[in-house]
Amino acid sequence: MVKHTIQALVENKFGVLARVASLFSARGYNISSLAVGETQDPTISCMTIVVNAEDERILEQIKKQLHKLIDVVTVMDFTRKDYLDRELILAKLLKQKSSKDLLDKLAKTYGLKLVEETKDYYIVELSSESKKIEEALKELEVLNIKELVRTGRIAINK
Amino acid sequence: MKGSKILIESLLKEGVEVIFGYPGGSVIPLFDSLYDSPIKLILPRHEQGGAHMADGYSRSTGKVGVCLATSGPGATNLTTGIATAHMDSIPMVAIAGQVKTSLIGNDAFQEADITGITRSISKHNYLVKDVKELAYTVKEAFYLASSGRPGPVVIDLPVDVQNQEAEFNYFDKIEIRSYRPSHFGHPGQIKRILKLIYSAKKPVLIVGGGIISSGAHQELLRFAESANIPVTATLMGLGGFPSTHKLALGMPGMHGTVYANMAITECDLLISVGSRFDDRVTGKISAFAPEAKIIHIDIDPTSISKNINVHIPVVGDAKAVLEQLVEEADPEKLPNLDNWHKKIKEWKKKYPLAYKQVSTGKIKPQYVIEEIYNQTKGAAIIATEVGQNQMWAAQFYKFDYPRHFLSSGGLGTMGYGFPAAIGAKIANPSKEVVVIAGDGSFQMNIQELATVDTYDVGVKVIILNNHFLGMVRQWQEIFYNRRYSGTPLKNPDFVKVAQGYGIKGMRIKKPSEVKAAVGEILASKKAVVADFWIEPEENVFPMVPAGEAINRMIGGMA
Repeated sequence: MVKHTIQALVENKFGVLARVASLFSARGYNISSLAVGETQDPTISCMTIVVNAEDERILEQIKKQLHKLIDVVTVMDFTRKDYLDRELILAKLLKQKSSKDLLDKLAKTYGLKLVEETKDYYIVELSSESKKIEEALKELEVLNIKELVRTGRIAINK
Repeated sequence: MKGSKILIESLLKEGVEVIFGYPGGSVIPLFDSLYDSPIKLILPRHEQGGAHMADGYSRSTGKVGVCLATSGPGATNLTTGIATAHMDSIPMVAIAGQVKTSLIGNDAFQEADITGITRSISKHNYLVKDVKELAYTVKEAFYLASSGRPGPVVIDLPVDVQNQEAEFNYFDKIEIRSYRPSHFGHPGQIKRILKLIYSAKKPVLIVGGGIISSGAHQELLRFAESANIPVTATLMGLGGFPSTHKLALGMPGMHGTVYANMAITECDLLISVGSRFDDRVTGKISAFAPEAKIIHIDIDPTSISKNINVHIPVVGDAKAVLEQLVEEADPEKLPNLDNWHKKIKEWKKKYPLAYKQVSTGKIKPQYVIEEIYNQTKGAAIIATEVGQNQMWAAQFYKFDYPRHFLSSGGLGTMGYGFPAAIGAKIANPSKEVVVIAGDGSFQMNIQELATVDTYDVGVKVIILNNHFLGMVRQWQEIFYNRRYSGTPLKNPDFVKVAQGYGIKGMRIKKPSEVKAAVGEILASKKAVVADFWIEPEENVFPMVPAGEAINRMIGGMA
């Protein structure tokens, strides 16, 4: 299944997130991630939705069904567009002898940041495009990730 | 002005004349404001009945139907009616009381999250927490319910908001930035459609409920006649094109006519207007109109290319797009379709819609419907329940006028027809309104006999009583080796039940009595419940087994 990034600008109103979420569950569409926040216009929220769609027809249906919701103002599909995407992750890593070297290396290659150091853990953050996040996470695996949280993808048209 | 009064005044501004409402703890202020308002209150005996009445009122008139119930169980009882209207795109505003705002979310007495529950079965819904937003919400609700692809809209109104004071201002105009339904079809697409029509040899029009909801029957007739294209109308589209017209093919799909299904299978151009390629229409998708270029005209973009891939999609109002087609068409370029019509004529002759008239001494349900058709001269509003009764009514009553066939097409709700007929009769007191019911489905809202008696609603209930849940029994007979699991019915004495409610009851057991009985039923100004004991194992034919190609029909092909 191919992942597609869709942006929905919606009325910043009570219940809109529930409408979008229940649309996906009622019609059996699979959300991979969903990020919501206010835009420069406080009456509008932006939802960036990453969906798994089996084929073009399902993707089309998802877009049309989203747009059909009364509170959805516009729907944009980034699939064939030139866009920039980012995701933020926070990870708690068990302190180990070799950790520091690897973290330094990842800082250089991916821009990973060490934000907090406690007695037992490092807490690191990384903001990057999806592909790099996946690569960095792969490398971090050896460090025994105790906790991982991610915001989900956000994207902007170039 | 109090919130409850604001609601009533807003409804009056929307031209509401009748409300189908059932009281309860959370709507007492609303009922108090209704008490001396000019709006007529009809009290059903179950909220589901009230919702279907509002639906029948709407389907038979085109106006927005309004139902009202209290919070919790009152509102959850509306949901089947709301879902029924949603599946068939019927404009309705359902108003539910809610517990007071400070108690919402506390599992208060008679609390249910009705906006959550109705989210996927309504076009839109609102929880009004501020009385200042109430009038605008009502305006928006009516606008949404009746515009674009129509549907039910739910307003959840907490009891304390009904009691709060605000100034009453009603808006004349409304503008929703996120909701702008298309009206006209794209001119480029219109040209492309006409080009395909000019070169078609075997075109077919398939029309659905969109013809009725957009009021496009005249434009359809003009277009079909000018281009000489045969028309098949789906269950929801019955009456959108005159069934007795020479271009009419009858209904397509599972219990459609053989000739409609043959025509779809062989056509080279299929033009769908306001129909959504439901699985009951298409059968096996890969074998549906395999030779055809498909044009899909619909106001709802999500209906297009959902089930069937189309060659030319047109998003627009059926009436507007048909008008465009009629205006743009060049009569000189329209093809000669004599060979196609000849072929269809042969199919019609070879595979007519018929039933076996064996004299078993039992009444044939199809005969009862034919008799009702003949004696009402096709002018009655027919409401149906769901199952065999519905299919026989669709097959054997020939609908020539829109808004005369009320049936739960999408959701297939048993218990719909009787209350829908009550709503239709209240909206059209001078019209004959007949319910074609089964003995099973009639009992799903039989309590509305009390409503009929209370308001003296002259509906005629025709029970096609086979002592079975007939449609499921038919499937069990054909596909499950006659293992009649859960389908035989031991029924009450419907005549006595009717009489118990103060309504005339009749029982008809012999074919020879049918004609006179139908005459007597129709002659009555008052309601009648007529219990026709029919051939118990009569089947609806022709029939396409589920998932099979529509030209592979059982029955009717012999």
